[in-house]
Amino acid sequence: MTDFALRTTALVRRFGGLVATDRVSLEVARGARHAIIGPNGAGKTTLVNLLTGVLKPDEGRILLAGEDVTDLPAPARVRRGLARTFQINQLFPALTPLETVALAVSEREGHGGDWFRAAGSRAAEVDEAVEILGRFGLVSVMNERTAVLPYGKQRLLEIAAAIACRPRVLLLDEPAAGVPEEERRDILAILAALPADVTIVLIEHDMDLVFSFAERITVMVDGAIFTEGTAAEIARDPGVRAVYLGEGD
Amino acid sequence: MTAPASAPLSARSALSRGAVPPLLEWAAWAAAVACVFVLPSKLLLLNEIAILALFALSLDLILGYAGIVSLGHGAFFGVGAYAAGLLAKHGFGDPVTGLFAAAGAAALVGFVTSFLVLRGSDLTKLMVTLGVAMMLFEAANRLDWITGGADGLQGVVMKPVLGLWDFDLFGRTAYLYSLGTLFILFMLARRIVHSPFGLSLRAVKGNALRAGALGIVPGRRLVAIYTLSAAYAGVAGGLTAQTTQFVSLDVLDFTRSADVLLVLVIGGAGNLYGGLVGAGIFRLMQTWLSGITPQYWQFWIGLLLVVIVLVGHERLTRGLPRLAAAALRRLRGKADAPGSTRP
Repeated sequence: MTDFALRTTALVRRFGGLVATDRVSLEVARGARHAIIGPNGAGKTTLVNLLTGVLKPDEGRILLAGEDVTDLPAPARVRRGLARTFQINQLFPALTPLETVALAVSEREGHGGDWFRAAGSRAAEVDEAVEILGRFGLVSVMNERTAVLPYGKQRLLEIAAAIACRPRVLLLDEPAAGVPEEERRDILAILAALPADVTIVLIEHDMDLVFSFAERITVMVDGAIFTEGTAAEIARDPGVRAVYLGEGD
Repeated sequence: MTAPASAPLSARSALSRGAVPPLLEWAAWAAAVACVFVLPSKLLLLNEIAILALFALSLDLILGYAGIVSLGHGAFFGVGAYAAGLLAKHGFGDPVTGLFAAAGAAALVGFVTSFLVLRGSDLTKLMVTLGVAMMLFEAANRLDWITGGADGLQGVVMKPVLGLWDFDLFGRTAYLYSLGTLFILFMLARRIVHSPFGLSLRAVKGNALRAGALGIVPGRRLVAIYTLSAAYAGVAGGLTAQTTQFVSLDVLDFTRSADVLLVLVIGGAGNLYGGLVGAGIFRLMQTWLSGITPQYWQFWIGLLLVVIVLVGHERLTRGLPRLAAAALRRLRGKADAPGSTRP
């Protein structure tokens, strides 16, 4: 049996009459670079919300490294190594990038409820936060309020905060959405440099990013899995071109 | 993209910045102590200000740092006042023990009601806190065989503070006792808001969804700070009961909850100093204005409130130095003007 980092069995989620997630069975191997693509409204973000515990599925199970996490709330899944980024920035406007990343590190280490020590008094944690910020080129702005940062920097912070959770599985929901071309390359370089044992699931519209990054690709249409295969197989698949790329002939 | 070598060190100091009191603050504390000698006739008023400051500080912990709005914070003040008052009335008149009892009783009520306050919108929170305070008010009114009801709790007799200092008629002991309590709890509050826990509260206030995505369980943190805030308010109530040696039913009155919110808005929420500054401004304005227009003083407080909320604290505090600079320039311009006409 393959060692799955993340696995779902016949996941279903309905919104009234709309089936947003339709019997989705996904298998992501440990250390995989897996992309989920599909046209708008294919149910990609709903799937991310189901996987992370923001939404509860109506049917089906979710297994994280073999453990059933279907009934666990979002924070409990994070502590088991499942982190995510958001399609639309979800940051702390009044906090600085340093505070944001240091917070994520201290929560991961279980010091989040510590009320007597000063924040920043654990040198190893601060050093790690600075190291992460350095990887994302955010050290020069680490003491600015997040609200005043340029969009591209905020986008990078969005990923940096998730990395600071030191995930085993990282879900990236359109990390390059709205990011200008040159900064896209930064994001790609950062993703490429992540440790190989971190499993990455990428939800993305940008085909260049998908094909330069992903080894396996799942194509979703109308809430269901349309097809799945290696990047090369998907690139060749005439059905995918027809439904998704709109280039079918 | 690598960090400069000095980054970790400056990061450590940036994160713990604010955990150490600035020099100006020590000067303010010293000035507050000096009031005992400078303003010996105003110590009763100063005692009230110190207690109101502590009460506003307790509200700042939830409103300023966790974003929990409340129209019923007086509930905890009242519970603390009755706890300390009843303890002293029944023969346990040691003030410090009384404060611990006040904190404990208020914390218990805070903990239990926090679960009601956690859910819902700001409007829900306002109504739940208001409702809880109303129920406690009527309960205290009804249980007059314990609380004295509308006549108030009589027979509160206090022992000397720490067995050394007796309460006096001029409020000297009372003021120093309240000020000392405020000082200790303020220092503790500073530690707490600048800890990892305090940082996580600000995160939850800023974006609960993302806080959850970083592994924070928002509910638990909010219960903790709400309980702590209730304990602080309880101590403020306990100080009132002990230093006036009386508990009237209006410790639980709605106006107390409204006033403390007013004080914090006037002083500014979310920086710990707001409650202290606001308490001073509020009480002094109240005293001064009610001397001028005994019946209509609230008009001016109301006006101040409207101006602060509409203009905003930041613009006011940034605008004042700018106004002062402009005034200075004009003064200097006038001074220069005659000179420039000279040949």
